[in-house]
Amino acid sequence: MLPILDRELVEKRKWVTEEELMDYYAIGQSTPGIIAINTATFVGFKKAGIPGAIAATLGMISPSLVIIILIALFLGNFAEAPLMQKALKGVNIAVSVLLISSVWKFSQKTLKDIMGVLLCLAAFIAVGFGGISPIPVVALSAGAGILRFLIGKNKR
Amino acid sequence: MNILSLYLIFFKIGLFTIGGGLAALPLLQNEALRRNWFSQAEFFHMVAVSESTPGPIGVNMATYVGWENAGLLGSLAATFGLVTPSVIIIVIVARYFFHINEKPLVQSALSGLRPAVTGLIATAAYNVLTVAVFPLQNFLESGLWGDLFDPVTILLFVTIAVTYAKWKAHPIFYIAGAALAGMILF
Repeated sequence: MLPILDRELVEKRKWVTEEELMDYYAIGQSTPGIIAINTATFVGFKKAGIPGAIAATLGMISPSLVIIILIALFLGNFAEAPLMQKALKGVNIAVSVLLISSVWKFSQKTLKDIMGVLLCLAAFIAVGFGGISPIPVVALSAGAGILRFLIGKNKR
Repeated sequence: MNILSLYLIFFKIGLFTIGGGLAALPLLQNEALRRNWFSQAEFFHMVAVSESTPGPIGVNMATYVGWENAGLLGSLAATFGLVTPSVIIIVIVARYFFHINEKPLVQSALSGLRPAVTGLIATAAYNVLTVAVFPLQNFLESGLWGDLFDPVTILLFVTIAVTYAKWKAHPIFYIAGAALAGMILF
């Protein structure tokens, strides 16, 4: 998504500078919500206030709404057919490859120390096998990060 | 499914998703399975569709779930619910705390949060793997190793994994190819 934003907003329209876009993207990553939506909302707000933020967000979700509804209409009727069942069995195998590859990519970016590895394992076990909702896991892990920072600061 | 509760559930998912659209996946899966919206298998079809179509995967999933539950109004409610926290929070941040990402407290919270999100996405990957590739449930019921390791399935899995690692083409190629292979092989 970032390369498309860069071409449209920085190079073509000169709405924001390269540095501003990187700032928005960094903030989009560290605030609740999907990065793409957050970044778009930020650009929209800077350009035209609250209406701009809403317009950018609506623009970002419109293609999804149209395309997914068309597919759901089509897929809903065919999912029961035996040939479709076989195709979906193949598709599920591809999905597992894509997800494992995402996990691999994220691990390389996020597991930088022992605490990271432990938090990752704890989240995996708690949600995957303990049946715990991801929400307290998200909240507690953010708390653990802050706690480590505060303890580190006290020692110094 | 009531339109308002769809909106509120997706509002909650949006509020607790930090990162790319993929980070919304474990939250969505948890809500969906708890509420019996659809089966594991249906969930994976949705992931496949969302991965291979334009748009952030979280938004695509919200549209899909909303549509399946309550038609057009449902897909609007779910999608708006998902993005409402973004709009509110970003407008506040843009107005008052522009440099929030440089604050040490935010950085330290993220240092704990990011690895946990990786763990959450790993549970989604584990779930799809133990249904689609190594059907654990079938094996536990029958006790037959042949149910756990189906040679054709594993061959297809390895082929996709190797080609994906080698040529990082758009997911749609692998999904379309796997659909075709599934029709022929199974």
